[in-house]
Amino acid sequence: MADTKFSKDHEWVRLEGDAATIGITDHAQNALGDVVFVDLPEAGRVVAAGEACAVVESVKAASDVYAPIAGKIVEVNSALAESPNLINSEPTGAGWFFRIEPANPAEIDALMDEAGYARFVESIA
Amino acid sequence: MTETTASEFLRETPLADLHRELGGRMVPFAGYAMPVQYPAGIMAEHLHCRARAALFDVSHMGQAELVGAEGAAALERLTPADVLGLKPQRQRYALLTSEEGGILDDFMVANLPTREGGERLFLVVNAGNKDADFDRIAAHLPPGLRLLRREDRALLALQGPEAVAAIAEHAPGVTALGFMGIVETTLFGVHAIISRSGYTGEDGVEISIPGERAEEVARALLKLDGVLPAGLGARDSLRLEAGLCLHGNDIDATTSATEAGLVWSIGKRRRMAWDFPGAERLREEMANGPRRRRVGLRPEGRQPARAHSIIQTVDGTPVGEVTSGGFGPSANAPVAMGYVAPEYAADGTALEILVRGKALPCRVAAMPFVPHRYAR
Repeated sequence: MADTKFSKDHEWVRLEGDAATIGITDHAQNALGDVVFVDLPEAGRVVAAGEACAVVESVKAASDVYAPIAGKIVEVNSALAESPNLINSEPTGAGWFFRIEPANPAEIDALMDEAGYARFVESIA
Repeated sequence: MTETTASEFLRETPLADLHRELGGRMVPFAGYAMPVQYPAGIMAEHLHCRARAALFDVSHMGQAELVGAEGAAALERLTPADVLGLKPQRQRYALLTSEEGGILDDFMVANLPTREGGERLFLVVNAGNKDADFDRIAAHLPPGLRLLRREDRALLALQGPEAVAAIAEHAPGVTALGFMGIVETTLFGVHAIISRSGYTGEDGVEISIPGERAEEVARALLKLDGVLPAGLGARDSLRLEAGLCLHGNDIDATTSATEAGLVWSIGKRRRMAWDFPGAERLREEMANGPRRRRVGLRPEGRQPARAHSIIQTVDGTPVGEVTSGGFGPSANAPVAMGYVAPEYAADGTALEILVRGKALPCRVAAMPFVPHRYAR
């Protein structure tokens, strides 16, 4: 996961071809608990960095998921409608949320790397 | 995503160290640091309670004794429940009502004579209201009668179909209790007041024990076959599926027993005499119907609707508000309750709940969402 970057809102970002795949981190899914529903954005929506664009509902609460970078949503993970628990079981794999075509790929470089995110999580514990 | 951490200003129950040792995620609740869940998670804890037995720490709740003759008559000046008619070793659900007919709190009252045979009522009230409740009760007592707060006691709830069998041989007299029966006995040799009651819709018991022995008793309970710890998250989803009200959410000082569908908690004699706080409002609402009614709601699909969401008709006219809502692990679907105008309260009525600006179709549904399985 050397090419995976992380935001302070606990999203991960992985550039694959022209689009970046985005999901929530293992730390985030653990904090949320059992996910029962996900509200995903429409493909084609243009989002700003930091914009709330998905909602993840656990048994106890609803939480926003933010676009860690600006760009256009080109695909959403339709498997989450049937199996939202993928977010708990495979947060950085099959539990991905959406793919963004970055407006500015340099925004990805500015995010934290894995070690940096680990230190960030440590600092807020 | 926001992280919640327990503040150092929060009070702790006698089981705080045990909760941390078990990996409980501590959150602030009613001024206490309480476990919202353990590592198993809310879903697993909830389902385990319905399948076997779950142990909850509810020591934050307020316990008190009203010792002496005239206690029941005194309490009846504050609640519409039939306290005078409560037989020894029996517990009852009751409301503390305001002069305006609102619900100041809901609580349990038990007729539990002292070992010497003296009259005694045992009360359990909600954590967030305990100071106000006990001050109100104490202020209304005649000379010679005293309310004795039992902050020295812890309160555990062991809930689920295997709960009573699990403790049967360790708590003399428990198996013989019917639903809402209560006995002063011992549990693992420790003095205990045990009632066959709870807040999950399942069979089970609530156990009052001395705070200094609570950890030892809780550890012994957790060693029993089938017993796992459960936190406030599962407690909330279990009570919601069971259609039980949470004071502060589903009932409060503005809602009446009539609106909330809790008229059954008003004694028949009290409904003849109308001699309790707020009787005027209840009498009027029982004659003419309340202006709103508490109903169960089942949203279509999988998306939960949370408290404070607006309920509207299918053509967009607001008719009420959700007061509790979430995902029901046993119902395997979102469930909610809330208040609607009476003409929309019939089971099956198609309505919508506004969730983040989108209208989520739902239907008014009978409660409980999951059948009660109390001992009878």
